[in-house]
Amino acid sequence: MYEFNYHRPGSVDEAVGLISEDAKILAGGQSLLPTMKLRLAQPSDMIDLAGIPGLSDISVDGSTVTIGATATHASVAASSAVAGAIPALAKLASGIGDAQVRNMGTMGGSVANADPAADYPAALVGLGATVHTNSRTVAADDFFTGIFETDLAENEIVTKVSFPVPQAAAYVKFANPASRYAIVGVFVAKTADGVRVAVTGAGGSVFRASDMEAALNGNFSASSLDGIAVASDDLNSDLHASADYRAHLVSVMAKRAVQAAGG
Amino acid sequence: MTSETGVGASVKRKEDKRFLTGKGRYLDDINRPGQAYGAFLRSPHAFAKIKSIDTAAASAAPGVVAIYTGADVAADGVGGLICGWAITSKDGEPHKAPAHPAIAVDTVRHVGDQVAFVIADTLAQAKDAAELIEVDYEEMTPVVDGAAAVAAGAPQVHDDVPGNLCYDWELGDQAAVDAAFASAAHVTTLDIYNNRLVPNAMEPRAAIGDYDSGNDEILLYTTSQNPHVARLVLSAFVGIAPEHKLRVIAPDVGGGFGSKIFIYAEETICAWAAKKLDRAVKWTAERSESFLSDAHGRDHHTTAELAMDANGKFLGLRVNTIANMGAYLSTFATSVPSYLYATLLAGQYTTPAIYANVKAVFTNTAPVDAYRGAGRPEATYVVERIVERAARDLGISPVELRKRNFIAPDAYPYETPVIMTYDSGNYPLNLDTALKLIDYDGFAARRAESESRGKKRGIGLSSFIEACGIAPSAAVGSLGAGVGLWESAQVRFNPTGGVTVFTGSHSHGQGHETTFAQLISEHLGVPIENVEVSHGDTGKVPFGMGTYGSRSLAVGGSAIMRAVDKIVEKGKKVAAHLMEASAEDIEHANGVFKVAGTDKQVTMAEVAFAAYVPHNYPPDLEPGMDETAFYDPTNFTFPAGTHIAEVEVDPDTGAVEVVDWAASDDFGNVINPMIVEGQIHGGVAQGIGQALLENAVYDPDTGQLLSGSYMDYTMPRADDLPSFKIETTNTPCPGNPLGVKGCGEAGAIAAPAALMNAITDAIGVEIDMPATREKVWRAAQSAQQAAE
Repeated sequence: MYEFNYHRPGSVDEAVGLISEDAKILAGGQSLLPTMKLRLAQPSDMIDLAGIPGLSDISVDGSTVTIGATATHASVAASSAVAGAIPALAKLASGIGDAQVRNMGTMGGSVANADPAADYPAALVGLGATVHTNSRTVAADDFFTGIFETDLAENEIVTKVSFPVPQAAAYVKFANPASRYAIVGVFVAKTADGVRVAVTGAGGSVFRASDMEAALNGNFSASSLDGIAVASDDLNSDLHASADYRAHLVSVMAKRAVQAAGG
Repeated sequence: MTSETGVGASVKRKEDKRFLTGKGRYLDDINRPGQAYGAFLRSPHAFAKIKSIDTAAASAAPGVVAIYTGADVAADGVGGLICGWAITSKDGEPHKAPAHPAIAVDTVRHVGDQVAFVIADTLAQAKDAAELIEVDYEEMTPVVDGAAAVAAGAPQVHDDVPGNLCYDWELGDQAAVDAAFASAAHVTTLDIYNNRLVPNAMEPRAAIGDYDSGNDEILLYTTSQNPHVARLVLSAFVGIAPEHKLRVIAPDVGGGFGSKIFIYAEETICAWAAKKLDRAVKWTAERSESFLSDAHGRDHHTTAELAMDANGKFLGLRVNTIANMGAYLSTFATSVPSYLYATLLAGQYTTPAIYANVKAVFTNTAPVDAYRGAGRPEATYVVERIVERAARDLGISPVELRKRNFIAPDAYPYETPVIMTYDSGNYPLNLDTALKLIDYDGFAARRAESESRGKKRGIGLSSFIEACGIAPSAAVGSLGAGVGLWESAQVRFNPTGGVTVFTGSHSHGQGHETTFAQLISEHLGVPIENVEVSHGDTGKVPFGMGTYGSRSLAVGGSAIMRAVDKIVEKGKKVAAHLMEASAEDIEHANGVFKVAGTDKQVTMAEVAFAAYVPHNYPPDLEPGMDETAFYDPTNFTFPAGTHIAEVEVDPDTGAVEVVDWAASDDFGNVINPMIVEGQIHGGVAQGIGQALLENAVYDPDTGQLLSGSYMDYTMPRADDLPSFKIETTNTPCPGNPLGVKGCGEAGAIAAPAALMNAITDAIGVEIDMPATREKVWRAAQSAQQAAE
C-alpha cells in the first residue's frame, strides 16, 4: 500500500469538501483496500465516511425501505424491518461475499463501485430504487452506466438508497465458486408498475431483461420464460463462464427467481 | 489400547492449545534484532531476455540497505538451485538440468521469476524501491502447455535443452506389453489431463537470514518440511556456508503439502544476504507471490491403453505421459512423474505387463514438484479412470471388474511388473467395506429419487494404492535419489522422569507432538504430559530427512521405537542392579521393570533417576538415559483402500453436489484414530478440490497465470464437502516395528478418480478435471442430445 492522507469528516458536506482529483471515498473498503494493498490504486487522500452520524440508518416507512450509504450488508441482512418489507433484499444482502465482507462492506460502497458482478445493483434496478446523493436523486435505471461506471459526478457522494416495496420479489444468484461474486444473478420483482427483471454478473453492467419482463407481465410464472433467452453477444466471458453459458444461466436463474417469488 | 494416552487412543492434539489460542510461533511471528526487510522484484513476463537492469534510482530511495541482482549473486560464487534426483532417459542420457539461478541472470522464464532483491529498513521502503528498478526486457513468445512444448517449432525455454525435453524415460517391459495387446480381446483407451494445482498452504513461505559474525554462523529460519535437507543443499551445493556454520530452524509451519520440501531461491538469498550485510534479513511471501513462486503440482497429459481378455481380465497396460516441469527443475521434480508415478501403475491389480513412457518437459510456468501424493495421485487417477471406462466398455459392473483383477489377500509379498513389491493388503475387504458404508445396493433407488427431482445421480469408485515412506536408502539411491531416506530419533529422559523426543521429521500440521508422545506413553509408561516432542531445529535434533510422502510415522516413528528399544535395554541393566538381579531376568512392559517370577519392580522414572544420579549404579555402565537411533526401512509401505463418491448433478446448470462419500482405508496399525480421520478429511477435501474446483490456468499466449488469486483459484470449502463416512481396515505393515503404513496423502490420491467416475456415471460422458459447472453442463447437454 502506498502512503495517503486519511480524513474522517463528520458530515457529508465536509466529506464533499475534501474531494480532490486523486482522492478516494472510503466506505467499507472491501473493494478499495485490497486494490490498494496490491498497489493497483494509489489515492492521494482517503475520505472515510465511517464517522458521519446517521449515514448508516435503515428505515422502513410504509411503501419504502431506505438504507443509508454506510449500512453494512450484515446490518441489512439482519434487519427485521427490511426482512418484513422486502425479504428478497435482506436475503440478497445475506449472500454477498463472506461474513467478513458483509460485516465491513456497505450499500453505498457497493452501489458507487458498480462492480459488474456485485449483487446490490440487481436489487436496485430490479426494484426500481432511487439513489440519493448529497445533491440530487437518480433512478437506478439511469445510475449504472457501464463497467465500474455510474452517473455520479466527481463531487457527489451516495448518501442512501430508497427501495419501493414490491408485491413480490426474489433474487437468485449463480455465484463464482472462488470469489462468490455473481456469475449471473437475477432479481425479479412484481411491482405496481409491472414486472422488473434485473440481471447482474452477466454483462458489463446490470441490465433489465425486457423480453422476460413482457412475458411475465402477461403471466407471472416460470413457464412464461420458456424459450426466452438474452442474447449472448455482449455478455462477459472468462475462466468461469463463457458468454453462451451465462446467457443460458440468465434464463435458468430468472425462472428460479420467478418461482421463488411465488410465480 | 493399554491406556487413554497410548497407541490406539484418540488423544486430543497436544499442539492444538498453542495453535487455537494464537500462541503458535510461525515464521512471520519471529523477528530478529535489527532485522531488515526484503522484497523481490519479479518478472511480469513469462519469457524475456533481460537487456539491462538499472538500480540507481532504487538504491538512492529512502531506507534502502542493498539491492542484489543475479549478477551480484553469481559474482559472489553462490551456486544455483539444484534438483536432487537423477533420472536416466531411455537412451542412457542423464536428465537435462539447466542452470537455475536464485535470481535470474540474463533471461526470465516464468511470470514471477526473481529479477532483483531489495533490502530496506522497512518492508514498505523495500517495495517502494523495487518499483524504481528499471528493467529493459526483450519479450519472447512463451510456451506454457506440456504437450505444446514438445511440438515441433515450440519456443525453446532453455538454449541447452533441445525440444524442451528434460528426459524421455521408460519403465516396464515394452515387448511383453505389445504381446499382451496382440492377444487382447478388448482394448480400452483413455486420454486425460491431470490439472495443475497451486499448493496453497495456509502460511505462505517465509525466511529470515541472520548472521552471528562472532562465530561466523548463519542462522536461517525458514518454512521448511525438512530443515536438515535445506542445510545440506545450501551448504554442499549452493555454497552458502559449511554445514557446521549454518543452523536451520523450521518453527511452527502452517501447512506444506509438499511445497515446503524444496529449497527455493528466497531462503537461499536471505541466508546469503544476511552474512553479506551482517544484518538479519526477513522475507515473507505475499499470497500473490505464493501463487507465482511456490512449486505447483500435477500437470500431466496422459494417454493410456488397457488390454483385456474376454472376461475382463487385465493383460497389459501402456501409458504415455507428458509431465510439465515448469521453467526450472525444483528440488525433487524429476522423481515425481517417474519413480513416484509409473511404479504405481499396477494399482491394486494383477496386470502382468505394464509399460510407461514419460516425457518431462520445460515450459514457461512455475516449477512443478511434489504436491500431496506426488506422482501417486496421477497414477491412481490414470488406473482408476481407465478401469471405470473399461467396465463401461465391457458392460461389466465396475465393482465386479475390480474384483476380477484384484491381487488376492494371500498373494503377498506381491511383485508388480513396475518394480514394486507390495508387502500386505486386503483389497476386496476394503472395497466391500466401502460398498457397505455408502449403501451401494440402495443406489438405484436414490438415483430414481434424484431423477424425480430433475437431477442426475452418479456413483464412482476409486481403489487406490500408494507407496509411502520411500525407502530403503540403497534402493532409492540406485534409482537416482541424491539423499538417503532414513530417519533419526533421540529419546532423552530427564533426571526427574520427563522425556524429550527429538525427531528428524517435521510437523507442519500432522500432529507429531501428539502421536510420537503416544508412542513414549505406550512403550515407556511416561504420562503423555511429561513428553515433549522437539523438531525442526538443526541445532537441536540429530540429522533427519523431514516429513513428506506420508513417511513420518512409518520411518520417523520406527526410529523412535529403535531408540525406545535402546532405552529399555539400558534400563534393564540399571533395574537389574537396583533390584540385585541379573539383567537377563528383567522383564519390561510399559515402563515397569520386573524381576521375572517375583513381585520386585522398579519404574522407568526410578531407573532414569538412577542413571543421572548414579550413586548406586552398575560400575561398567555409562550414566545417563539418552539414546539416539537411525532407522532405514526395508521397503516402502503400501497403504490402499477404496473410496466411493456419490454425486448429484443439476443438468440445468452443471452444478455438482457431492452428496456422499465412503472411504475404507488400510493404513496398517493406527496410533491415533482421530488424527488419521483428520488426515483423511483433509486429503479428500484436497482431492475433491482438484476434481471439481482447483485449476492453475496459464494464458497460452502471454504465459500469465490467470487463476493467480482467490478471486479465480477456487479452493474447496466446507460447503463443497459432504460428511465423510470413514472406516479403516488393518493389515499390519510387516516392514516396520510399528506395523504402520501412513495416511497423509491417501485422500488426495483416492478422491479425484472416485469423484470423476461418479460424475461420468451421472451424466454419461467423460470429462477432464476440474469438472467445472460449465464443463459438466455442456457434457450433460451433449449426452442429452446424443440420446435424443
